[in-house]
Amino acid sequence: MKRIVSALLALAAGAALQAAEVSVAVAANFAGPMREIAQAFERDTGHKAVIALGSTGKLYAQIKQGAPFEVLLSADAQTPARLEAEGLGVAGSRWTYATGHLVLWSPKPGLVDAQGAVLRSGQFKRLAMADPKLAPYGAAALQTLQHLGLLQSLEGKLVQGDSIAQTYQFVATGNAELGFLALSQLVLDARLRAGSFWQVPAHMHAPLRQDALLLVKGRQQPAALALLAYLRSEAARSIISRHGYTV
Amino acid sequence: MLNAVSLSPEAWQAIVLTIELAGLTTVLLLLLATPLAWWLAHTASRWRAPLSALVTLPLVLPPTVLGFYLLLLMGPQGPIGQITQALGWGTLTFTFSGLLIGSMIFSLPFAVQPLQHSFEAIGPRPMEVAATLGARPVDAFFTVALPMASGGLATAGILTFAHTVGEFGLVLMLGGNIEGKTRVVSTQIYGHVEAMEYAQAHGLAALMVVFSFVVLLSLALLKRRPVRLLP
Repeated sequence: MKRIVSALLALAAGAALQAAEVSVAVAANFAGPMREIAQAFERDTGHKAVIALGSTGKLYAQIKQGAPFEVLLSADAQTPARLEAEGLGVAGSRWTYATGHLVLWSPKPGLVDAQGAVLRSGQFKRLAMADPKLAPYGAAALQTLQHLGLLQSLEGKLVQGDSIAQTYQFVATGNAELGFLALSQLVLDARLRAGSFWQVPAHMHAPLRQDALLLVKGRQQPAALALLAYLRSEAARSIISRHGYTV
Repeated sequence: MLNAVSLSPEAWQAIVLTIELAGLTTVLLLLLATPLAWWLAHTASRWRAPLSALVTLPLVLPPTVLGFYLLLLMGPQGPIGQITQALGWGTLTFTFSGLLIGSMIFSLPFAVQPLQHSFEAIGPRPMEVAATLGARPVDAFFTVALPMASGGLATAGILTFAHTVGEFGLVLMLGGNIEGKTRVVSTQIYGHVEAMEYAQAHGLAALMVVFSFVVLLSLALLKRRPVRLLP
């Protein structure tokens, strides 16, 4: 038993010497592109990015409680700003790594038109959106409905998912005929999913900026700094834009 | 810590809704679970084992699995959804009735198992004695078996109620977070935590801890000294 333990310890020590690791907390909506970026990052730099997925709210709570994350890729701009103000992020390290786009989507072809007039027709039973308090895309959906002056008339038809992933589930299973989602959710292998959609004009809601932040635990870590630099590289930017974000 | 006055109107609405959901689930589930438990305790049918496993399934399945399948089954293309639409009720997802059905399935093992164990513990003797004294089986069930199983009945009721109050993943997936209809205490707490409103989360969460402790305490006391719910 002792020999096995010492062998394992030797193995672990050897691995730590070989490749630097960076622990990165990633908002769930960015999971797809981040996996691709992590692969490319390891191939190009030799460093390994260990990804922890969660909603931005959960990641915030974990970071506040001392989670060992070195980099945060948030789904919003407020949370990194808050962490920086609270002294958990490195001052001046914040920047927008991606901007998302809001889409009204239905798996039914022809239900959603290119102008979003379906919202005025009201010819549906349920409209899904993410909880505006929890998800930036939910807040953007709410602002869009307010902008169109339709919030009051549609309020009785709204159902809320706790995240855009759950909102997608409501719509994809047909329990809600249509819903406000992130464009990145509808991009599959660089093509859009089947169905009908309206890309909500950017002026109808606050920009869906997703900010990155270097956390204090990553301040002295070469791999953390390397990952942040890599996110600005052409290789990473092309992955991000292929997934339906603007960089 | 437990300043009830500081709870918001939304929190009170969630509390009332949670009690309604848990209460109705308990009553309906006990009505359903009692004959089922009786049958499971006495049958020699070859369906006993598979049915028993089916009843226990919600105990081991993650609520997200249950929630996901119920979302599909109750949806417009699902078999339950097709039936409810044909009956003119529409689909049950995002409604209180939908949550009620989900909760009953979710808590099924918590109602059936204590009852089944109580019925099995009674053994065949008391019912046989009642029969020789001229009681019809239904009479004997209500006047002999059920009073003797009252401890199991109470345990089943308390566990079902508490389990429904603590239910989360299923409500999150089936409910759609509609205030006053499907937003219960557990999802409300989750919303507060995710929105980083820790103060509001604390009020409700502390209430939940106290409630759960009282429930478990009453169960422990019940086990020590069996109470007779029925005369």
